[in-house]
Amino acid sequence: MSGHIRTPGYIQGKSGTIEAVRGEFGNPESRGHGGDGLPRVALYLVSFDQTHVWVDYKGQPQDKLLVEVFEHWLEPA
Amino acid sequence: MHDHSELTPLAEDPELSYYARRTNAIEALLIEKGVLTAEEVRRSIDDMDSKSPAVGARVVAKAWVDRDFKTRLLTDARTAIAGVGLNVSSRSPSYELVALENTDTVHHAIVCTLCSCYPFTLLGRPPAWYKSVNYRARVVIDPRDVLREFGLVLAPEVEVRVHDSTADVRYLVIPKRPSGTESMSEEELAALVTRDSMIGVAEARTPD
Repeated sequence: MSGHIRTPGYIQGKSGTIEAVRGEFGNPESRGHGGDGLPRVALYLVSFDQTHVWVDYKGQPQDKLLVEVFEHWLEPA
Repeated sequence: MHDHSELTPLAEDPELSYYARRTNAIEALLIEKGVLTAEEVRRSIDDMDSKSPAVGARVVAKAWVDRDFKTRLLTDARTAIAGVGLNVSSRSPSYELVALENTDTVHHAIVCTLCSCYPFTLLGRPPAWYKSVNYRARVVIDPRDVLREFGLVLAPEVEVRVHDSTADVRYLVIPKRPSGTESMSEEELAALVTRDSMIGVAEARTPD
């Protein structure tokens, strides 16, 4: 991935569950470089099990990390 | 403190950090080129300074006493807040606002690991710790320890949900209503709602 991706490195390549659709927003890959962000892109709330994101997670198995990810940066898992 | 000459451009003040001087230099250039005016910069800072956690606290207190409002707040925060006449307008209202309710079984905490996204229309400017690399890096990896450092110890059975505010959504946490507050007015309740409790690193205050 390149450009202004607004997706934290710690979830790249990880599997999560889509919890909600937030609507459509300007594409940060365009906006981050002075563009108009169009066409707008769907944004999803994705939840990740902490124990999946961090192999040595010290909390509880039910704990979650939630991140909004634009559609074009998601792949079917 | 020594006396600064008013003629020293901010961008050259050796006491300022590299980034502060760089920002000042960019601002001076933008003004010089007519992209914006010093008055616009000043008004923008005024606008930010006029917001404070008191606005968010009123929203939370209302949610505690008004079940219907809380339902609307959790469904569509922006519309719910506008509907009760609270002025949370912003010059950049492009982002979504989402309210999250903390309960006995679920605890939400908010961070922005990529920068310092924050619902400033409801909470004012973010505290320094919210912008620190330390908080941003650690709260996603080890939230329970970080919350413990804030004085908040969560039971093992609670689900901790850390929201990384990376895109176009800003979050307001509705902390749990403290016990012993049944007879308190909305205004008295609002005084119990702290900034930190609306970020999810603390509980609301208990009444004296």
